[in-house]
Parts: sequence; structure tokens; C-alpha cells
Amino acid sequence: MKRIISVPYLIWMAVFTVVPLIMVAYFAFTDSEGRFTLINVANVSRYTNIFIRSIGFAAVATVICLIIAYPLCYILSKLDRKYQGTVLMIVMLPMWMNYLLRTYAWMTLLGNNGIINQIISFMGFEPVKMLNTSGAVILGMVYNYLPFMILPIYSVMVKIDESVLTAAKDLGCNARAVLFRVVLPSTFPGITSGITMVFVPAISTFIISRMLGGGSHMLIGDLIEMQFLGNAYNPNLGAAISLVLMVIILLIMSILNQFDNEDDRVLM
Amino acid sequence: MKNKILSRIYVGLVLMFLYVPIFVLIVFSFNETKSRSVFSGFTFDWYVKLFQNELIMSSLLNTIIIAVIASVLSTILGTAAAVGINNMKKLPRSLTMQVTNIPIINPEIVTGVSLMLLFVFFSARMHFEFGFVTLIIAHITFNVPYIILNVMPKFRQMTPNLYNAAQDLGCSPARAFFKVVLPEIMPGVISGFLMAFTFSLDDFVISYFTSGATSQTLPITIYSMTRRKISPEINSLSTLIFIVIIIVLIVKNIIESRNIKKRSVKTDG
Repeated sequence: MKRIISVPYLIWMAVFTVVPLIMVAYFAFTDSEGRFTLINVANVSRYTNIFIRSIGFAAVATVICLIIAYPLCYILSKLDRKYQGTVLMIVMLPMWMNYLLRTYAWMTLLGNNGIINQIISFMGFEPVKMLNTSGAVILGMVYNYLPFMILPIYSVMVKIDESVLTAAKDLGCNARAVLFRVVLPSTFPGITSGITMVFVPAISTFIISRMLGGGSHMLIGDLIEMQFLGNAYNPNLGAAISLVLMVIILLIMSILNQFDNEDDRVLM
Repeated sequence: MKNKILSRIYVGLVLMFLYVPIFVLIVFSFNETKSRSVFSGFTFDWYVKLFQNELIMSSLLNTIIIAVIASVLSTILGTAAAVGINNMKKLPRSLTMQVTNIPIINPEIVTGVSLMLLFVFFSARMHFEFGFVTLIIAHITFNVPYIILNVMPKFRQMTPNLYNAAQDLGCSPARAFFKVVLPEIMPGVISGFLMAFTFSLDDFVISYFTSGATSQTLPITIYSMTRRKISPEINSLSTLIFIVIIIVLIVKNIIESRNIKKRSVKTDG
């Protein structure tokens, strides 16, 4: 009987989640008059360079986030329990700022007359063009999505039993072996969810590329946005691009899941 | 010892990376001129201008109204759904959870675009305009899954036959739910509600595709401000938001640590 009260939710999700996705698929395979066509999907291949750039930028940003976050989480998890909550709160606090504001902050820092260039020229060097470069876009991704890497890794890191590490040392593991054969494997679930939580927003962003890339470093997100709200109005093409983006993300996530499962088997 | 110093330096560097941009914004919110690199003198002008800026104030109000309505409605919808899902058989249950995960896994831009297509389709046939209603529908849609994910685990922690026991003792099903089940799952409901509320306040991408020209939320206004070359009001706005966030987080931590103390006192006695 109680099952009935989930019906409004089921209807809601059917109308506002499933149907819209079906509409994306419908638009992707029809032309502006509603006739079936494969042209949109075929046309996506024209933007291969943008797809490759997006995947590349998102991958680089994800790897940098992982490299920064992993040692940080390890250090945090070794802190005195009393301070851990506070330090973690300080680390996560910037994430509560709206990401438009955080990205804007970097716009002002990296600009040709920005503070960093003021410091550089004060020290007697030539100003460096930083804003509107691919480096700036990747930096923006790392800055915005780093907390999404920290949180899942930290939450598995604190669960590692100290006695397991001691046992590994007693059994003759040196520090490196403890890291690679005990700590790393047991934090794998955190790493994979961190990777998806950074990679998915990074590959589909259009704000960071627009604000820090200055329009010369278009990503998939920019491409989609332009088809729906921009000058290039073409929802059919936009839907096709969205569809391809979803397929890419599903592929990458299923590859990551593969790793996760294998890991479980080893542990068992 | 050497390791300890190295790890302190490392944490310090990461914190610097995270905070320097925000502190620069805060410092320049007090700058006399519009320059973003040279500090020429102290002023509160940008704060005055911020509060006189009608667009910012009205979109702030819009954001709060939408966040309140959307998070309250999605909490009701999601809690009811969680109760129902909990009583489902295995197959429908896992199917429902698959659908629940869609808005979480999907990139925001795809969720935004797909809702926009739906709204365009209906607005052409049913003569309604993009704005308040479409924004609230969109916000509920991306919020409900988080309510469910917060509430569902609470059922697992609950004593399984509590609901039946209450009915055996003479409660009507509704009374048994409100008197027995709801208090048990309340922590999940509250944390889900708070999550939904903050996501609603903060959302840009999905709102951007579903708002139309008339109702703007604060993040959309901020976006249009960043498109202009220089708008120092953004700095003062960021400063105020940052202060509010710090206050909220400190209050939250104090409440939490008090609760932990209370609980430990209870178990001791």
C-alpha cells in the first residue's frame, strides 16, 4: 500500500527526466521539420578537434587534481582527529562560493594587467600572456573541481585501519611498498569516484572555457550552448552533440567501473 | 620531523592556491578605482552600489524564493518517494534507483538542454512562458534525487517492524508514519533538504537553459556581469557571500559538536 506514495515521484521523473532525454535523442535524429535524418550525428564529426580538446583538457585537469589531492588527503587523514574536521572544513570552504565567482577571481589574477603580471614586471621580467590560453582553462578546471577529488579520496583514506599499515611494515614492507601495495589499492574506490566527479563537469563545462579561454579554446559545452542559446541556433545539431557527449561519459564511466570490480575481486 | 614540516608546507601551498584568488577579490572590493591590480585607496562605495543595483537585488530575491519553493517541494516529493521505494520489490526498486541516478550522473548541461527542449515543446502548445515555473520545475528535478539518496540509508538503520508495531498498538497508518517513521528518518530528510537548498542557490548551468528572459537568478546575473569588462560590484558581492558562508559553516559546526556532546552524555548516563 505504501508503494503508492512514490507514484508522484515516478511520474515526475518520467516527465522531467526520461521524456526530456528521449526528446534529445529524437531531436538528434530528426531535421528542423521533424523528418528522420542522420545528418546531425554525421555532422558531429566536423567538431572532432573540439571533442579531442575537451577530452584532453578534462583528462589533464583530472590527473592534476589527483596528483594534488592524493598527498593532501593522506596528510589530512594522518592528522590528530581533533583537528581533522576543522582542517577539512577549511579545505572545502572555497567550494561553497559560486563557481562563477571563483572563475572570475582567476580572470582578474591572470589578466595582462592582473596582479600576477604586475608582480612579474615589478621583478623586472616581461609580462606573460596567461589569460585566454589553454593553461588558464585547465587551471580553472583544477581550481573549481579539486574539492570533488579531495572529498571521495579523503573519505576512504580515513577508513584505512592503522593496524593494517603497521602489519605491512612488520611483514617487511618499506614505505614505498606500503604506499603502493596497501594504501593505494584500498583507496581505489575513492580515486575512481573522484575521477568521475572531476572529469564529468570538466569535459562539459562552458563557463571556464569562455571566461578563462576567451572563446579561442572552445569545448564541447560551448558548442552545445551555442546551438541552443547562441548565434548558431540549431537544436538538432546541439542534441546530437549532447548525445555523443553522454555516450563518451558512459564509456569512460564503464571503463572506470571495470577497474573497481577487478579491485574488489583481488581484495576478496 | 622533516616529513612533518614538508607535509605542513604542502597543506599550506594547497590552501594558498585555494584562498589567494578569493582574498584578492575581497581586497579589491574595497578599492577606490576600478583597477583590478593596483590598490589606490579604501572605500565602501562598491558595497553601496551593490545594494543600489536593482538587478542584483531582485535576482537575489528570486534565487531565494526559487530555492525555498524548490527545496521544500522536492523534500516532500523525495521523502514520499523514498518511503515507497523502500517497500518496492527488487526489480522495480533497482529500476527506480537507475532513473534516480540519471540527473546525478548526467552532465548539468545535458540536463539543462533536455529540459529546455521539453519546455520549448510544451510552451509552443500550451502557451506558457519560460520563467519562474520552468525554473522551479528544473530545480525540483535536479534536487529530488539527492533527497532520496539522503533518506534511503535511514530506513536501513531503522528497526524494521516499528511501523507495524505502532499499527498493532492502535495507530492509523498515517499516524504511525508521522509519529514513528518520520522521526526516525528525519536526520536524512533535513540533510537532504539542506543539500537541495544549497544546490538550488548555487545552480547556474541548468537555470541558464531554463530561465528564459524574464526571471533571472543570482548566478545568471553574476554571469552577465562577468561578461562585461569590469564590474567591481562582483568583488563586494563575493565578499558578502564569503562572509555568509563562513558564518553558516561555523554555526553548523557548533551545532554538530553540541549534538555529539549531548549524544555522548546520553550514552554515558
